[in-house]
Amino acid sequence: MAEPLVRMENIRKSYGRVQALVDANFHVNEREIVGLLGDNGAGKSTLIKVLSGAVPLTSGDIFIRGKKVNFRSTSDAIAHGIETIYQDSALVTQLSIARNLFLGREPIKPPRFLNRMDQEAMNVVARDLLKQVGISKNIPPTTPIGSLSGGERQAVAIARAMHFDSDLIILDEPTNNLGVAETQGVLSFVRSARDSGHSCIFIAHNIHHVFQVVDRIVVMRRGKVVADDIDPKKTNVTEVERIITGMSDKEIRDAIVQGKHSGA
Amino acid sequence: MLLVVEIAVFWSINPSFLSPQNISNTLAFTVELGLIALAMTLLMTSGEFDLSVGSVFGFSPVLMWTLFNSGVTSLEMGFLIALVVAAFIGLVNGWFVTQLKIPSFLVTLGMLLVVRGTALFVTDGFPQRTWSAEGSWLAEALVGDFFIGPFRIYMSLFWFIAAAIALGYVLTQSRTGNWIQAAGGNPNAARARGVNVSGVKIGLFILSAIMASLAGVISSLRTSAANPNSGTGYELEVIAMVVIGGTALTGGRGTIIGTVLGILILRVMRNGIVLIGVPGLAYNIFIGAIILGMMALHSWLERRHQAGT
Repeated sequence: MAEPLVRMENIRKSYGRVQALVDANFHVNEREIVGLLGDNGAGKSTLIKVLSGAVPLTSGDIFIRGKKVNFRSTSDAIAHGIETIYQDSALVTQLSIARNLFLGREPIKPPRFLNRMDQEAMNVVARDLLKQVGISKNIPPTTPIGSLSGGERQAVAIARAMHFDSDLIILDEPTNNLGVAETQGVLSFVRSARDSGHSCIFIAHNIHHVFQVVDRIVVMRRGKVVADDIDPKKTNVTEVERIITGMSDKEIRDAIVQGKHSGA
Repeated sequence: MLLVVEIAVFWSINPSFLSPQNISNTLAFTVELGLIALAMTLLMTSGEFDLSVGSVFGFSPVLMWTLFNSGVTSLEMGFLIALVVAAFIGLVNGWFVTQLKIPSFLVTLGMLLVVRGTALFVTDGFPQRTWSAEGSWLAEALVGDFFIGPFRIYMSLFWFIAAAIALGYVLTQSRTGNWIQAAGGNPNAARARGVNVSGVKIGLFILSAIMASLAGVISSLRTSAANPNSGTGYELEVIAMVVIGGTALTGGRGTIIGTVLGILILRVMRNGIVLIGVPGLAYNIFIGAIILGMMALHSWLERRHQAGT
């Protein structure tokens, strides 16, 4: 099989005595949407933080297209084509759509020493991108992010990752707090990102959203990857839930019954 | 709008309010505080503020004159050293805030005491002799004056205009301006995009200290005085100017034009109140009222804006 886009081997991460990741193995292929699932504290977000350069790993290796890499910061990861979109921290609400799209990579008008942003060029590209992700209607690129809806913000963040040719776009809970129509919008951006050659890691609490969009499901439990080749077409939500909790059907039923009792 | 009303009211009560002499005097002092306010606008847009500017305003001329009077350096060299020391003060402020993650309120409050204390200690609390500045090209360049018709114009006005244009350009047109706004609006997002948030903030702390130092020297050359106590309370007046102009105290949003208006509104108010016969001591009542009023207005506009989307 071809070398995967990203391969993480025997990743360990401990916070003091707490082992957040215990020899986790994980990979993403080219043009693939991977759904990363797991209960709270299973290690999903730690794995993502390691991969996005936000926290250093304790031991283990990360390979991109077979080459070993060493991320010391999020900008290192971005330079290697890995873009992480957190729901709240991706955009600056006070800045316009165009200024957010180009934040940190603003095109400069000559002469360079004046350090002047090429705002016309930024607006042209922004308008184009907005059309691509389907929110062109009457939203000028100079609109501040603060006046956009949650789904529109996600769309802008995804559009940004696509424009700067990130190979891998990591979406952390992209459908949280979104309405039904907006969720469908975000899911379709994810699909169009894949169709234009990007890979995605999709993390969501809502398993149904994951099932709608991913090619492969990876499940984590207690800092380990316990299943990494689940085909969403050949399984169902209940089965995956069982793997996430690590309980048998009977145990799940018992837990539900107990929950009902204690909740009443 | 507020500014026009203010000017009209004061003028109608006391016509000498618009006399050339009064305008010249008001303007001369206004631009000195204004220089600090301009730098503070950028710093506050990046989400920080600097309480030590008033003490740097007082300390820098003291340092310059002390060096000059003791014969150690020329006046120009003393000026340069004062600016470098100010830059270092800004660097220390920025380092404490960004590397030790201490709120700028505490850091710059501490720095205020250190710098003011140093100025008082060095001078034993006495003003420095300043009589020998005549004929220095430095003094000419900073506060040389000439008359346009009946108006006495100081060179410092041009420095202020130049600084306003330059910093306005930086904030709205340059890529650095985008970073400043992002640093104040959402530092995590900015960092994730590879923006050096700490670098931006440290740079702005240095800028604010240098501007305070420059303003202090200009003021001391103009009035031929170097009092270790001068500039006391300026930090709050400067922050008030910036906030009245519409820059958010929480960062992310700032405007140089607004600050220029804020500077004029406050200074005209101070001058006008005295001229129409209100006791100068009552000045703060009006300033406080303006600040509260402006804040209420901003918050009302903000809410209306959000409700409309």
